[in-house]
Amino acid sequence: MKTVLILIAVLGVSLAAGCSSKKPRPEPTSTTNAVLPTDQSQTAGADASSAYGAGVADGSGAGVAGPSGAQLQNRTVFFEFDSSEIKSEYNAMITAHARYLVSNPTVRVRLEGNTDERGSREYNIGLGERRAQSVRRALTLQGVPDTQITTVSYGEERPAVTGHSEEAWARNRRVDIVYLN
Amino acid sequence: MNKPTKLRIAAPLPALAMAMAMSLGALLATPAHADLQVLITKGVTDPIPIAIVPFARAVPADGGFDVAAVVQHDLESSGRFRPMQRRDMLTTPSSANDVQAADWKAAGNDYVVVGRVTAGPAGELDVDCDLINIQTGTRVASQKFIANAASLRNAAHLASDFVYSKVLGVRGAFATRIAYVAVQGKPPTRRFQLIVADADGENPKVILESLQPIMSPAWSPDEQWLAYVSFENRLSAVYVQKVHTGERQLVSARVGVNGAPAYSPDGTHLALTLSGAGGNLDVWLLDLATQGLTRLTDDPAVDTEPAWSPDGKSIYFTSDRAGGPQIYKLDIAQPKRIERITFGSAYNARARVSPDGKKLAFVTREGGNYRIAIQDLASGTVSVLSHGALDESPSFAPNGAVIIYAGREGDVGTLQTVSVDGLVTQRLKSDQGELREPVWGPFPR
Repeated sequence: MKTVLILIAVLGVSLAAGCSSKKPRPEPTSTTNAVLPTDQSQTAGADASSAYGAGVADGSGAGVAGPSGAQLQNRTVFFEFDSSEIKSEYNAMITAHARYLVSNPTVRVRLEGNTDERGSREYNIGLGERRAQSVRRALTLQGVPDTQITTVSYGEERPAVTGHSEEAWARNRRVDIVYLN
Repeated sequence: MNKPTKLRIAAPLPALAMAMAMSLGALLATPAHADLQVLITKGVTDPIPIAIVPFARAVPADGGFDVAAVVQHDLESSGRFRPMQRRDMLTTPSSANDVQAADWKAAGNDYVVVGRVTAGPAGELDVDCDLINIQTGTRVASQKFIANAASLRNAAHLASDFVYSKVLGVRGAFATRIAYVAVQGKPPTRRFQLIVADADGENPKVILESLQPIMSPAWSPDEQWLAYVSFENRLSAVYVQKVHTGERQLVSARVGVNGAPAYSPDGTHLALTLSGAGGNLDVWLLDLATQGLTRLTDDPAVDTEPAWSPDGKSIYFTSDRAGGPQIYKLDIAQPKRIERITFGSAYNARARVSPDGKKLAFVTREGGNYRIAIQDLASGTVSVLSHGALDESPSFAPNGAVIIYAGREGDVGTLQTVSVDGLVTQRLKSDQGELREPVWGPFPR
């Protein structure tokens, strides 16, 4: 079954066998696994016996438009450098999302934590997760059941804006609230 | 090891196949083009003068391949050698007996390398190589490498290793491979590629491509597999993939973070980071044969980025249990025995251990800049080796002489190397887009 997931594409390889004395120009790709971008619903989890086993990979992709309404249109919480504390200016917005989720118990959200590009990548995954958990706690404290929320951290891998300025960094330190249905 | 794991696909197959075909079409439309070019940004002040004379050819069996040119390029790019220009060579001997030492000495050389490629009866190619010490007029050593037309480049790298080790007394790492992540384009059309290439950047092969992030590649000790993190399902998951065949196994897609895989030195386990639903990142040990999990750290802080000591007895990891991130070491037999390793900077993260286990390379913050530092574990002495603003992801060459890392050149992520003494730096210039997370593979077995 697993081979179905994996696409082995042998792209035309014309290996320049005769490499001249100057910089030979390497030819492009060879054997490629192309993975699907979205919507490959799958059940995964290699160890059903552990507390962390049998995780259900969420294949719901990019999310949906979600609810409309003044505060509900705002889906992003921004953070200070090296902080996962939610600033008070987001209280009304988070309350609006909490109210909507409690009133619509079948609706599910994914909280996507992100960091700026500075520092090491896997540690940034940790910081992004901490931010996502911070928003999760703010929602559950107001009564949203845990079952309606998943979290993911993309660390610095999915910046909202590119660039290496203080302004770009500030816009990337964020949690996006993504409605899944 | 590496028994296939469960990967159950719930989606209807025709839809999946169609989506894959579409995805492939997108890939074919924009082939990755690769050209890593080594630029020496700094070298030792007194490199060793050496002449690598063009080898006698076996035309046409050798396909016109210029072995000596690759050896010259390898040795020059190490920064430790200053090869003589070919146009200045008056003669081109191909065996030690024909080398007139006085002439080569007059031209300022300490060493001369001569060689010849000869075709064997079954299509094999013998590459013979002699190293002559011009100062003493004696042949230092000779070596034969048996290749075929497709493996001549590797034979040339082995010849470079031979010269490097005989002259410097350190094993060369030219005939090894690197893996790295390349990112093409800008959101929302970014494509992430996992690429394996020769250590000099040649022969790049894309072994995985995705529209979602790929990160944290890690080699198996037998150089056959790469572990990595893929977000192809929008959530993190750890896979292992056989480099040569593309065979792939999902090893962890648990709730929460699945990250930072690192093969144990014996290849039987992965250390990795898991968070569970509560979002508390800790370091775990995954037995690849049984899928059994053992918890190594248990702290409310972020614990991640495990790196094995070469003896497999301890793991270095990043933790912010004391506030900012620092490197700690735990004893696998007694994981509660944790020792803090780094001090000094308020930010020290993502350690990698040198092959002899005596040094640690990691990312340190210096002023507002993130740089590559190396710490001697016995003395605690730290040297900052790089000079960029956003340097990250250091990885030791298997001979321990050089560290490859990711830096920025203007707006583009590039791969750079620095010798562990800080004297020789190189930049691997590329047109493959944004390059990151280089990991140097082990010596082939």
